[in-house]
Amino acid sequence: MNLLFQPFALHALLGASLVAIISGLIGPFVVSRGMSFAVHGTAELAFTGAAAGLLIAGNPIAGALCGAVIVAGVIGLLGARERERDSSIGVILAFGLGLGVLLLSLYRGFATEATNILFGNIFGISNGQLVTLLLIGFGVILVMSIIYRPLLFASVDPDVAIARGVNIRLIGIIFLFVLAFTVTAASQVVGTLLVLSIAITPAAAAMRFTARPSRAVALSVLFALLAADGGLATSLANGSIKPSVFVTTFSFAIYLVARLLGPTLRSTRSAQYGAEPNIVHRRENLGSAAGSKLEP
Amino acid sequence: MNTVRLENATLTLGSRMLWHKLNLEVQPGEFLAVLGPNGSGKTSLLRVLLGLLPLSSGMVEIDGHPPRCGSSLIGYVPQQKSFDADLPIRGRDLVRLGLDGHRFGPGLLGSSAHKVDAVIREVGAQNYADAPIGLLSGGEQQRLRIAQALLGDPKILLCDEPLLSLDLSSQQAVSTLINESRLKHNTSAIFVTHEINPVLPMVDRVLYLVGGNWAIGRPEEVLTSAKLGELYGTHIDVLHSHGRIIVVGAGDAAFADVGGHHHEARK
Repeated sequence: MNLLFQPFALHALLGASLVAIISGLIGPFVVSRGMSFAVHGTAELAFTGAAAGLLIAGNPIAGALCGAVIVAGVIGLLGARERERDSSIGVILAFGLGLGVLLLSLYRGFATEATNILFGNIFGISNGQLVTLLLIGFGVILVMSIIYRPLLFASVDPDVAIARGVNIRLIGIIFLFVLAFTVTAASQVVGTLLVLSIAITPAAAAMRFTARPSRAVALSVLFALLAADGGLATSLANGSIKPSVFVTTFSFAIYLVARLLGPTLRSTRSAQYGAEPNIVHRRENLGSAAGSKLEP
Repeated sequence: MNTVRLENATLTLGSRMLWHKLNLEVQPGEFLAVLGPNGSGKTSLLRVLLGLLPLSSGMVEIDGHPPRCGSSLIGYVPQQKSFDADLPIRGRDLVRLGLDGHRFGPGLLGSSAHKVDAVIREVGAQNYADAPIGLLSGGEQQRLRIAQALLGDPKILLCDEPLLSLDLSSQQAVSTLINESRLKHNTSAIFVTHEINPVLPMVDRVLYLVGGNWAIGRPEEVLTSAKLGELYGTHIDVLHSHGRIIVVGAGDAAFADVGGHHHEARK
Protein backbone atom coordinates (compact mmCIF):
# COMPACT_ATOMS: atom_id res chain seq x y z
CA MET A 1 0.00 0.00 0.00
CA ASN A 2 2.93 2.30 0.70
CA LEU A 3 3.73 2.24 -2.98
CA LEU A 4 0.63 4.35 -3.56
CA PHE A 5 2.22 7.29 -1.77
CA GLN A 6 5.46 7.29 -3.72
CA PRO A 7 5.79 10.38 -5.95
CA PHE A 8 5.81 8.29 -9.14
CA ALA A 9 2.53 6.65 -8.11
CA LEU A 10 0.91 9.95 -7.17
CA HIS A 11 1.98 11.49 -10.46
CA ALA A 12 0.58 8.50 -12.31
CA LEU A 13 -2.68 8.69 -10.37
CA LEU A 14 -3.06 12.41 -11.01
CA GLY A 15 -2.34 12.04 -14.72
CA ALA A 16 -4.61 9.02 -15.09
CA SER A 17 -7.47 10.72 -13.22
CA LEU A 18 -7.33 13.79 -15.41
CA VAL A 19 -7.19 11.67 -18.54
CA ALA A 20 -10.15 9.65 -17.28
CA ILE A 21 -12.16 12.83 -16.66
CA ILE A 22 -11.64 14.20 -20.17
CA SER A 23 -12.11 10.81 -21.84
CA GLY A 24 -15.33 10.27 -19.91
CA LEU A 25 -16.44 13.78 -20.81
CA ILE A 26 -16.11 13.38 -24.57
CA GLY A 27 -17.27 9.73 -24.61
CA PRO A 28 -21.06 10.24 -24.79
CA PHE A 29 -20.60 12.70 -27.66
CA VAL A 30 -18.30 10.30 -29.50
CA VAL A 31 -20.93 7.55 -29.17
CA SER A 32 -23.90 9.82 -30.04
CA ARG A 33 -22.11 11.10 -33.12
CA GLY A 34 -21.06 7.62 -34.23
CA MET A 35 -17.37 8.54 -34.08
CA SER A 36 -15.89 5.51 -32.31
CA PHE A 37 -13.94 4.61 -35.41
CA ALA A 38 -12.62 8.17 -35.65
CA VAL A 39 -11.27 7.81 -32.11
CA HIS A 40 -9.57 4.55 -33.02
CA GLY A 41 -8.15 6.05 -36.21
CA THR A 42 -6.86 9.13 -34.39
CA ALA A 43 -5.21 6.91 -31.78
CA GLU A 44 -3.49 4.75 -34.41
CA LEU A 45 -2.14 7.85 -36.11
CA ALA A 46 -1.01 9.14 -32.72
CA PHE A 47 1.08 5.95 -32.67
CA THR A 48 2.67 6.88 -35.98
CA GLY A 49 3.27 10.39 -34.68
CA ALA A 50 4.76 9.06 -31.45
CA ALA A 51 7.10 6.78 -33.39
CA ALA A 52 8.19 9.73 -35.51
CA GLY A 53 8.59 11.93 -32.44
CA LEU A 54 10.70 9.28 -30.76
CA LEU A 55 12.92 8.83 -33.80
CA ILE A 56 13.41 12.51 -34.59
CA ALA A 57 13.36 14.25 -31.21
CA GLY A 58 13.16 11.53 -28.56
CA ASN A 59 9.76 12.96 -27.59
CA PRO A 60 6.86 10.57 -28.24
CA ILE A 61 4.13 12.80 -26.67
CA ALA A 62 4.81 15.77 -28.94
CA GLY A 63 4.90 13.39 -31.90
CA ALA A 64 1.63 11.72 -30.86
CA LEU A 65 -0.03 15.11 -30.52
CA CYS A 66 1.14 16.17 -33.99
CA GLY A 67 -0.09 12.90 -35.47
CA ALA A 68 -3.51 13.14 -33.79
CA VAL A 69 -4.01 16.81 -34.72
CA ILE A 70 -3.02 16.21 -38.35
CA VAL A 71 -5.42 13.30 -38.65
CA ALA A 72 -8.23 15.32 -36.99
CA GLY A 73 -7.68 18.02 -39.60
CA VAL A 74 -7.72 15.49 -42.43
CA ILE A 75 -10.90 13.82 -41.14
CA GLY A 76 -12.51 17.26 -40.86
CA LEU A 77 -11.59 18.08 -44.45
CA LEU A 78 -12.46 14.72 -46.00
CA GLY A 79 -15.57 13.41 -44.43
CA ALA A 80 -18.64 15.49 -43.81
CA ARG A 81 -20.86 12.41 -44.03
CA GLU A 82 -20.52 9.48 -41.65
CA ARG A 83 -20.02 6.70 -44.19
CA GLU A 84 -17.57 8.71 -46.25
CA ARG A 85 -15.74 9.64 -43.07
CA ASP A 86 -15.37 6.02 -41.97
CA SER A 87 -13.86 4.87 -45.24
CA SER A 88 -11.45 7.84 -45.30
CA ILE A 89 -10.38 7.00 -41.75
CA GLY A 90 -9.84 3.36 -42.73
CA VAL A 91 -7.62 4.40 -45.61
CA ILE A 92 -5.51 6.83 -43.55
CA LEU A 93 -5.30 4.43 -40.62
CA ALA A 94 -3.93 1.54 -42.67
CA PHE A 95 -1.25 3.69 -44.27
CA GLY A 96 -0.37 5.45 -41.00
CA LEU A 97 0.11 2.19 -39.11
CA GLY A 98 2.44 0.87 -41.79
CA LEU A 99 4.44 4.08 -41.62
CA GLY A 100 4.60 3.79 -37.83
CA VAL A 101 6.01 0.26 -38.04
CA LEU A 102 8.67 1.49 -40.48
CA LEU A 103 9.62 4.37 -38.16
CA LEU A 104 9.89 2.03 -35.17
CA SER A 105 12.12 -0.38 -37.07
CA LEU A 106 14.45 2.53 -37.85
CA TYR A 107 14.58 3.44 -34.15
CA ARG A 108 17.73 2.14 -32.46
CA GLY A 109 16.84 2.97 -28.84
CA PHE A 110 15.22 0.84 -26.17
CA ALA A 111 12.68 -1.69 -27.40
CA THR A 112 10.44 -0.90 -24.41
CA GLU A 113 9.76 2.56 -25.89
CA ALA A 114 7.76 0.88 -28.63
CA THR A 115 5.57 -1.11 -26.26
CA ASN A 116 5.14 2.00 -24.13
CA ILE A 117 3.63 3.82 -27.10
CA LEU A 118 1.31 0.92 -27.88
CA PHE A 119 0.28 -0.02 -24.34
CA GLY A 120 1.00 3.07 -22.25
CA ASN A 121 3.57 3.86 -19.59
CA ILE A 122 1.86 5.98 -16.99
CA PHE A 123 4.28 4.99 -14.19
CA GLY A 124 7.25 6.18 -16.18
CA ILE A 125 5.76 9.65 -16.70
CA SER A 126 8.21 12.53 -16.33
CA ASN A 127 7.40 15.86 -14.70
CA GLY A 128 7.39 17.55 -18.08
CA GLN A 129 4.97 14.96 -19.48
CA LEU A 130 2.71 15.36 -16.46
CA VAL A 131 2.58 19.11 -17.04
CA THR A 132 1.66 18.45 -20.69
CA LEU A 133 -1.16 16.13 -19.54
CA LEU A 134 -2.42 18.74 -17.08
CA LEU A 135 -2.45 21.45 -19.75
CA ILE A 136 -4.28 19.21 -22.22
CA GLY A 137 -6.73 18.17 -19.49
CA PHE A 138 -7.67 21.66 -18.43
CA GLY A 139 -7.79 22.85 -22.03
CA VAL A 140 -10.21 20.07 -23.00
CA ILE A 141 -12.44 20.72 -19.97
CA LEU A 142 -12.53 24.43 -20.79
CA VAL A 143 -13.39 23.96 -24.47
CA MET A 144 -15.98 21.27 -23.71
CA SER A 145 -17.74 23.47 -21.17
CA ILE A 146 -17.91 26.26 -23.77
CA ILE A 147 -19.27 24.13 -26.63
CA TYR A 148 -21.34 21.71 -24.48
CA ARG A 149 -24.83 22.87 -25.50
CA PRO A 150 -24.28 23.49 -29.23
CA LEU A 151 -22.31 20.22 -29.43
CA LEU A 152 -25.19 18.32 -27.82
CA PHE A 153 -27.67 20.06 -30.14
CA ALA A 154 -25.56 19.36 -33.24
CA SER A 155 -25.00 15.74 -32.18
CA VAL A 156 -28.60 14.70 -31.53
CA ASP A 157 -30.60 17.08 -33.70
CA PRO A 158 -28.51 18.63 -36.49
CA ASP A 159 -31.43 19.86 -38.65
CA VAL A 160 -33.02 21.97 -35.95
CA ALA A 161 -29.59 23.04 -34.71
CA ILE A 162 -28.89 24.51 -38.17
CA ALA A 163 -32.27 26.24 -38.17
CA ARG A 164 -31.45 27.74 -34.77
CA GLY A 165 -28.21 29.16 -36.12
CA VAL A 166 -25.69 26.62 -34.82
CA ASN A 167 -22.66 26.33 -37.11
CA ILE A 168 -22.60 22.54 -36.93
CA ARG A 169 -19.59 22.22 -39.21
CA LEU A 170 -17.47 24.49 -37.02
CA ILE A 171 -18.65 22.70 -33.86
CA GLY A 172 -17.81 19.35 -35.49
CA ILE A 173 -14.28 20.50 -36.34
CA ILE A 174 -13.66 21.90 -32.86
CA PHE A 175 -14.80 18.56 -31.44
CA LEU A 176 -12.40 16.68 -33.72
CA PHE A 177 -9.50 18.66 -32.29
CA VAL A 178 -10.73 18.15 -28.72
CA LEU A 179 -10.80 14.46 -29.61
CA ALA A 180 -7.24 14.56 -30.94
CA PHE A 181 -5.91 16.11 -27.72
CA THR A 182 -7.89 13.72 -25.52
CA VAL A 183 -6.73 10.69 -27.47
CA THR A 184 -3.12 11.80 -27.16
CA ALA A 185 -3.49 12.21 -23.42
CA ALA A 186 -5.32 8.89 -23.06
CA SER A 187 -2.65 7.05 -25.00
CA GLN A 188 -0.16 7.99 -22.26
CA VAL A 189 -2.21 5.97 -19.79
CA VAL A 190 -3.48 2.97 -21.72
CA GLY A 191 -1.45 3.27 -24.92
CA THR A 192 -2.56 4.09 -28.44
CA LEU A 193 -3.99 0.60 -29.02
CA LEU A 194 -6.31 0.67 -26.01
CA VAL A 195 -7.61 4.25 -26.05
CA LEU A 196 -11.13 3.02 -26.79
CA SER A 197 -11.23 1.34 -23.37
CA ILE A 198 -11.43 4.69 -21.58
CA ALA A 199 -12.80 6.90 -24.35
CA ILE A 200 -15.75 4.73 -25.50
CA THR A 201 -16.47 1.91 -23.05
CA PRO A 202 -17.39 4.08 -20.02
CA ALA A 203 -19.72 6.20 -22.18
CA ALA A 204 -21.36 3.15 -23.71
CA ALA A 205 -21.91 1.80 -20.18
CA ALA A 206 -23.28 5.14 -18.93
CA MET A 207 -25.82 5.29 -21.78
CA ARG A 208 -27.24 1.96 -20.57
CA PHE A 209 -28.19 3.58 -17.26
CA THR A 210 -29.65 6.94 -18.14
CA ALA A 211 -31.28 8.92 -20.91
CA ARG A 212 -30.38 12.31 -19.45
CA PRO A 213 -27.52 13.96 -21.32
CA SER A 214 -25.93 15.54 -18.23
CA ARG A 215 -26.20 12.31 -16.22
CA ALA A 216 -24.76 10.29 -19.09
CA VAL A 217 -21.73 12.59 -19.09
CA ALA A 218 -21.38 12.43 -15.28
CA LEU A 219 -21.66 8.62 -15.18
CA SER A 220 -19.25 8.26 -18.08
CA VAL A 221 -16.66 10.36 -16.21
CA LEU A 222 -17.26 8.33 -13.06
CA PHE A 223 -16.83 5.00 -14.86
CA ALA A 224 -13.68 6.20 -16.62
CA LEU A 225 -12.24 7.29 -13.27
CA LEU A 226 -13.10 3.92 -11.69
CA ALA A 227 -11.46 2.04 -14.55
CA ALA A 228 -8.32 4.22 -14.73
CA ASP A 229 -7.65 4.64 -11.01
CA GLY A 230 -8.79 1.14 -10.11
CA GLY A 231 -6.56 -0.28 -12.83
CA LEU A 232 -3.61 1.77 -11.64
CA ALA A 233 -4.01 0.74 -8.00
CA THR A 234 -4.34 -2.93 -8.94
CA SER A 235 -1.24 -2.68 -11.07
CA LEU A 236 0.73 -1.26 -8.12
CA ALA A 237 -0.14 -4.39 -6.18
CA ASN A 238 0.94 -6.62 -9.09
CA GLY A 239 4.12 -4.90 -10.14
CA SER A 240 5.01 -6.96 -13.19
CA ILE A 241 1.82 -6.39 -15.18
CA LYS A 242 1.17 -3.16 -17.13
CA PRO A 243 -1.64 -0.97 -15.72
CA SER A 244 -3.41 -0.86 -19.09
CA VAL A 245 -4.28 -4.54 -18.65
CA PHE A 246 -6.21 -3.73 -15.48
CA VAL A 247 -7.67 -0.50 -16.83
CA THR A 248 -9.16 -2.32 -19.81
CA THR A 249 -10.36 -5.16 -17.57
CA PHE A 250 -12.09 -2.78 -15.12
CA SER A 251 -13.59 -0.83 -17.98
CA PHE A 252 -14.93 -3.99 -19.61
CA ALA A 253 -16.31 -5.27 -16.31
CA ILE A 254 -18.20 -2.00 -15.80
CA TYR A 255 -19.62 -2.34 -19.27
CA LEU A 256 -20.75 -5.93 -18.62
CA VAL A 257 -22.50 -4.86 -15.42
CA ALA A 258 -24.14 -2.03 -17.32
CA ARG A 259 -25.37 -4.40 -20.05
CA LEU A 260 -26.89 -6.65 -17.39
CA LEU A 261 -28.38 -4.06 -15.04
CA GLY A 262 -28.82 -0.97 -17.21
CA PRO A 263 -31.81 -2.05 -19.29
CA THR A 264 -33.86 -2.92 -16.22
CA LEU A 265 -33.12 0.42 -14.58
CA ARG A 266 -33.62 2.47 -17.71
CA SER A 267 -36.88 0.86 -18.78
CA THR A 268 -38.37 0.64 -15.29
CA ARG A 269 -37.97 4.34 -15.14
CA SER A 270 -39.50 5.01 -18.53
CA ALA A 271 -42.34 2.57 -17.83
CA GLN A 272 -43.75 5.13 -15.41
CA TYR A 273 -44.75 7.18 -18.40
CA GLY A 274 -47.88 5.89 -20.06
CA ALA A 275 -48.20 5.81 -23.79
CA GLU A 276 -50.51 8.23 -25.51
CA PRO A 277 -53.66 6.26 -26.29
CA ASN A 278 -54.47 7.64 -29.74
CA ILE A 279 -51.08 7.24 -31.27
CA VAL A 280 -49.83 4.03 -32.77
CA HIS A 281 -46.33 3.15 -31.62
CA ARG A 282 -43.73 1.94 -34.02
CA ARG A 283 -42.61 -1.09 -32.12
CA GLU A 284 -39.99 -2.10 -34.64
CA ASN A 285 -37.95 0.92 -33.57
CA LEU A 286 -37.81 -0.06 -29.94
CA GLY A 287 -34.58 -1.64 -28.87
CA SER A 288 -34.89 -4.87 -26.92
CA ALA A 289 -33.43 -3.06 -23.96
CA ALA A 290 -36.30 -0.65 -23.84
CA GLY A 291 -39.14 -2.70 -25.22
CA SER A 292 -40.92 -2.81 -21.92
CA LYS A 293 -41.57 0.95 -21.89
CA LEU A 294 -44.87 0.58 -23.66
CA GLU A 295 -46.03 -2.57 -21.96
CA PRO A 296 -48.65 -2.02 -19.28
CA MET B 1 -47.59 44.45 -39.93
CA ASN B 2 -46.61 41.40 -42.01
CA THR B 3 -44.51 38.75 -40.33
CA VAL B 4 -43.02 37.65 -43.65
CA ARG B 5 -42.65 39.72 -46.79
CA LEU B 6 -41.07 38.70 -50.09
CA GLU B 7 -40.94 41.15 -52.97
CA ASN B 8 -39.87 40.15 -56.48
CA ALA B 9 -37.94 37.36 -54.83
CA THR B 10 -36.07 35.09 -57.21
CA LEU B 11 -34.07 32.06 -56.20
CA THR B 12 -31.73 30.27 -58.57
CA LEU B 13 -29.70 27.26 -57.48
CA GLY B 14 -27.00 26.43 -60.02
CA SER B 15 -28.71 26.68 -63.39
CA ARG B 16 -32.18 25.94 -62.02
CA MET B 17 -34.63 28.72 -61.28
CA LEU B 18 -36.74 27.63 -58.31
CA TRP B 19 -39.07 30.60 -58.21
CA HIS B 20 -39.20 33.83 -60.16
CA LYS B 21 -40.33 37.25 -58.85
CA LEU B 22 -42.26 35.75 -55.97
CA ASN B 23 -44.43 38.19 -54.01
CA LEU B 24 -45.72 37.03 -50.66
CA GLU B 25 -47.00 38.72 -47.55
CA VAL B 26 -47.96 36.64 -44.52
CA GLN B 27 -50.16 38.08 -41.78
CA PRO B 28 -49.81 37.38 -38.06
CA GLY B 29 -51.89 34.31 -37.20
CA GLU B 30 -52.20 33.23 -40.83
CA PHE B 31 -51.90 29.56 -41.87
CA LEU B 32 -50.14 29.30 -45.23
CA ALA B 33 -49.63 25.91 -46.86
CA VAL B 34 -46.75 25.67 -49.34
CA LEU B 35 -47.35 23.05 -52.02
CA GLY B 36 -45.59 21.89 -55.16
CA PRO B 37 -43.71 18.97 -56.66
CA ASN B 38 -40.33 17.77 -55.35
CA GLY B 39 -37.55 20.19 -56.19
CA SER B 40 -39.88 23.16 -56.67
CA GLY B 41 -38.12 25.12 -53.92
CA LYS B 42 -40.49 24.65 -50.94
CA THR B 43 -37.74 23.78 -48.46
CA SER B 44 -35.46 26.39 -50.05
CA LEU B 45 -38.13 28.98 -49.25
CA LEU B 46 -37.88 27.98 -45.58
CA ARG B 47 -34.08 28.14 -45.80
CA VAL B 48 -34.34 31.69 -47.15
CA LEU B 49 -36.66 32.69 -44.29
CA LEU B 50 -34.27 31.08 -41.77
CA GLY B 51 -31.43 33.20 -43.13
CA LEU B 52 -29.50 30.14 -44.34
CA LEU B 53 -29.80 30.89 -48.05
CA PRO B 54 -29.61 34.32 -49.75
CA LEU B 55 -32.05 35.30 -52.51
CA SER B 56 -30.65 35.59 -56.03
CA SER B 57 -32.56 38.84 -56.36
CA GLY B 58 -35.44 40.67 -54.75
CA MET B 59 -36.18 41.36 -51.11
CA VAL B 60 -37.15 39.32 -48.06
CA GLU B 61 -38.13 40.58 -44.63
CA ILE B 62 -38.97 38.82 -41.37
CA ASP B 63 -40.98 41.10 -39.10
CA GLY B 64 -39.63 44.11 -40.97
CA HIS B 65 -35.96 43.08 -40.93
CA PRO B 66 -33.70 40.95 -43.12
CA PRO B 67 -33.67 37.27 -42.03
CA ARG B 68 -31.12 36.51 -39.36
CA CYS B 69 -29.61 33.09 -38.70
CA GLY B 70 -30.86 31.69 -35.39
CA SER B 71 -33.51 34.38 -34.92
CA SER B 72 -35.88 33.76 -32.02
CA LEU B 73 -38.74 35.20 -34.13
CA ILE B 74 -38.90 31.83 -35.86
CA GLY B 75 -39.82 28.39 -34.54
CA TYR B 76 -38.88 25.48 -36.78
CA VAL B 77 -40.70 22.13 -36.91
CA PRO B 78 -38.82 19.53 -39.01
CA GLN B 79 -40.11 16.25 -40.37
CA GLN B 80 -40.20 13.24 -38.09
CA LYS B 81 -36.98 11.24 -38.00
CA SER B 82 -35.83 8.12 -36.21
CA PHE B 83 -33.57 8.50 -33.21
CA ASP B 84 -31.48 5.62 -31.85
CA ALA B 85 -33.21 3.98 -28.90
CA ASP B 86 -30.14 4.38 -26.70
CA LEU B 87 -29.39 8.00 -27.55
CA PRO B 88 -29.03 9.64 -24.13
CA ILE B 89 -31.63 12.34 -24.54
CA ARG B 90 -35.21 12.62 -23.29
CA GLY B 91 -38.07 14.41 -24.96
CA ARG B 92 -37.73 17.16 -22.39
CA ASP B 93 -34.04 17.68 -23.21
CA LEU B 94 -34.82 17.94 -26.91
CA VAL B 95 -37.46 20.59 -26.20
CA ARG B 96 -35.06 22.53 -24.04
CA LEU B 97 -32.39 22.57 -26.76
CA GLY B 98 -34.87 24.63 -28.78
CA LEU B 99 -34.57 27.36 -26.15
CA ASP B 100 -30.86 27.59 -25.45
CA GLY B 101 -29.12 24.78 -27.39
CA HIS B 102 -27.45 27.31 -29.67
CA ARG B 103 -25.82 29.19 -26.78
CA PHE B 104 -22.27 28.62 -25.64
CA GLY B 105 -21.43 27.63 -22.08
CA PRO B 106 -22.69 24.62 -20.13
CA GLY B 107 -26.02 26.22 -19.15
CA LEU B 108 -27.30 26.75 -15.64
CA LEU B 109 -28.98 23.72 -14.13
CA GLY B 110 -32.68 24.06 -13.54
CA SER B 111 -33.08 27.52 -15.01
CA SER B 112 -35.94 27.81 -17.52
CA ALA B 113 -37.27 24.39 -16.41
CA HIS B 114 -40.68 25.94 -15.74
CA LYS B 115 -40.82 27.33 -19.29
CA VAL B 116 -40.05 23.87 -20.65
CA ASP B 117 -42.75 22.35 -18.41
CA ALA B 118 -45.27 24.91 -19.60
CA VAL B 119 -44.85 24.18 -23.33
CA ILE B 120 -44.80 20.43 -22.70
CA ARG B 121 -48.16 20.77 -20.95
CA GLU B 122 -49.44 23.01 -23.73
CA VAL B 123 -48.84 20.30 -26.36
CA GLY B 124 -50.10 17.58 -24.01
CA ALA B 125 -46.81 15.68 -23.92
CA GLN B 126 -46.32 15.50 -20.15
CA ASN B 127 -46.89 11.72 -20.05
CA TYR B 128 -43.89 10.85 -22.16
CA ALA B 129 -41.62 13.92 -22.02
CA ASP B 130 -39.24 12.11 -19.66
CA ALA B 131 -38.88 9.00 -21.79
CA PRO B 132 -35.85 8.65 -24.11
CA ILE B 133 -36.66 10.30 -27.45
CA GLY B 134 -35.74 7.12 -29.35
CA LEU B 135 -38.65 5.26 -27.73
CA LEU B 136 -41.38 7.70 -28.78
CA SER B 137 -43.74 7.24 -31.68
CA GLY B 138 -43.64 9.63 -34.63
CA GLY B 139 -46.71 11.47 -33.38
CA GLU B 140 -45.32 11.88 -29.87
CA GLN B 141 -42.01 13.08 -31.27
CA GLN B 142 -43.75 15.67 -33.45
CA ARG B 143 -45.72 17.01 -30.47
CA LEU B 144 -42.43 17.57 -28.68
CA ARG B 145 -41.08 19.23 -31.85
CA ILE B 146 -43.95 21.69 -31.72
CA ALA B 147 -43.23 22.34 -28.03
CA GLN B 148 -39.57 22.89 -28.97
CA ALA B 149 -40.56 25.40 -31.66
CA LEU B 150 -43.05 27.23 -29.41
CA LEU B 151 -40.55 27.61 -26.58
CA GLY B 152 -39.01 30.85 -27.80
CA ASP B 153 -42.52 32.36 -28.26
CA PRO B 154 -41.94 32.86 -32.00
CA LYS B 155 -43.94 35.06 -34.38
CA ILE B 156 -43.57 32.59 -37.20
CA LEU B 157 -43.72 28.78 -37.23
CA LEU B 158 -41.90 27.20 -40.17
CA CYS B 159 -43.01 23.60 -40.60
CA ASP B 160 -41.12 21.43 -43.08
CA GLU B 161 -43.23 18.36 -43.91
CA PRO B 162 -44.14 17.78 -40.25
CA LEU B 163 -46.69 15.10 -41.14
CA LEU B 164 -44.40 12.99 -43.32
CA SER B 165 -44.36 9.28 -42.34
CA LEU B 166 -47.00 9.74 -39.64
CA ASP B 167 -50.10 7.56 -39.53
CA LEU B 168 -53.45 9.22 -40.25
CA SER B 169 -54.53 9.82 -36.66
CA SER B 170 -51.15 11.34 -35.78
CA GLN B 171 -51.32 13.54 -38.88
CA GLN B 172 -54.66 14.78 -37.63
CA ALA B 173 -53.42 15.33 -34.08
CA VAL B 174 -50.23 17.13 -35.12
CA SER B 175 -51.89 19.44 -37.66
CA THR B 176 -54.65 20.28 -35.16
CA LEU B 177 -52.01 21.15 -32.58
CA ILE B 178 -50.17 23.45 -34.99
CA ASN B 179 -53.46 25.07 -35.91
CA GLU B 180 -54.46 25.64 -32.27
CA SER B 181 -51.04 27.08 -31.44
CA ARG B 182 -51.07 29.61 -34.26
CA LEU B 183 -54.59 30.73 -33.31
CA LYS B 184 -53.78 30.97 -29.61
CA HIS B 185 -50.50 32.87 -30.01
CA ASN B 186 -51.40 34.73 -33.21
CA THR B 187 -48.39 33.09 -34.85
CA SER B 188 -48.02 32.81 -38.62
CA ALA B 189 -47.68 29.17 -39.68
CA ILE B 190 -45.88 28.42 -42.94
CA PHE B 191 -46.49 24.77 -43.58
CA VAL B 192 -44.59 22.95 -46.33
CA THR B 193 -46.41 19.78 -47.30
CA HIS B 194 -47.04 17.48 -50.25
CA GLU B 195 -50.31 16.34 -48.70
CA ILE B 196 -52.87 19.15 -48.45
CA ASN B 197 -55.84 17.15 -47.19
CA PRO B 198 -54.95 16.82 -43.49
CA VAL B 199 -54.60 20.61 -43.22
CA LEU B 200 -57.20 21.67 -45.80
CA PRO B 201 -59.84 22.75 -43.23
CA MET B 202 -57.30 24.93 -41.38
CA VAL B 203 -55.47 26.61 -44.21
CA ASP B 204 -56.05 30.31 -44.90
CA ARG B 205 -54.05 30.48 -48.10
CA VAL B 206 -52.01 28.21 -50.34
CA LEU B 207 -48.73 29.01 -52.11
CA TYR B 208 -48.21 26.64 -55.01
CA LEU B 209 -44.74 26.44 -56.57
CA VAL B 210 -44.07 24.72 -59.89
CA GLY B 211 -40.82 25.01 -61.87
CA GLY B 212 -40.31 28.76 -61.41
CA ASN B 213 -44.03 29.60 -61.58
CA TRP B 214 -46.16 30.24 -58.53
CA ALA B 215 -49.70 30.98 -57.49
CA ILE B 216 -51.11 32.17 -54.21
CA GLY B 217 -54.61 32.45 -52.83
CA ARG B 218 -57.33 30.66 -50.92
CA PRO B 219 -57.34 26.89 -51.52
CA GLU B 220 -60.51 27.06 -53.62
CA GLU B 221 -58.87 29.70 -55.85
CA VAL B 222 -55.54 27.96 -56.38
CA LEU B 223 -56.43 24.28 -56.30
CA THR B 224 -58.51 24.31 -59.48
CA SER B 225 -58.00 22.51 -62.78
CA ALA B 226 -57.62 25.84 -64.59
CA LYS B 227 -55.09 27.39 -62.22
CA LEU B 228 -52.90 24.30 -61.79
CA GLY B 229 -53.14 23.58 -65.52
CA GLU B 230 -51.75 27.06 -66.13
CA LEU B 231 -48.91 26.53 -63.59
CA TYR B 232 -47.88 23.15 -64.94
CA GLY B 233 -48.56 24.08 -68.54
CA THR B 234 -50.54 20.92 -69.16
CA HIS B 235 -53.94 19.44 -68.48
CA ILE B 236 -54.60 18.84 -64.76
CA ASP B 237 -57.73 17.48 -63.14
CA VAL B 238 -58.61 18.57 -59.61
CA LEU B 239 -61.17 16.18 -58.15
CA HIS B 240 -63.21 16.74 -55.00
CA SER B 241 -64.24 13.74 -53.02
CA HIS B 242 -65.75 13.75 -49.50
CA GLY B 243 -64.04 17.04 -48.67
CA ARG B 244 -60.69 15.82 -49.97
CA ILE B 245 -58.85 17.21 -52.95
CA ILE B 246 -57.14 14.92 -55.44
CA VAL B 247 -54.87 16.35 -58.12
CA VAL B 248 -54.44 14.15 -61.16
CA GLY B 249 -51.80 14.83 -63.83
CA ALA B 250 -52.11 14.02 -67.50
CA GLY B 251 -50.28 10.72 -67.05
CA ASP B 252 -47.04 12.04 -68.48
CA ALA B 253 -44.04 10.90 -66.40
CA ALA B 254 -42.87 14.49 -66.09
CA PHE B 255 -45.95 15.26 -64.05
CA ALA B 256 -45.80 12.34 -61.69
CA ASP B 257 -45.17 14.79 -58.90
CA VAL B 258 -48.40 16.61 -59.56
CA GLY B 259 -50.12 13.76 -57.84
CA GLY B 260 -48.15 14.35 -54.69
CA HIS B 261 -51.37 15.39 -53.06
CA HIS B 262 -52.65 11.92 -53.24
CA HIS B 263 -51.00 8.63 -53.95
CA GLU B 264 -53.68 7.42 -56.32
CA ALA B 265 -52.69 10.18 -58.68
CA ARG B 266 -49.20 8.76 -59.12
CA LYS B 267 -50.46 5.96 -61.37
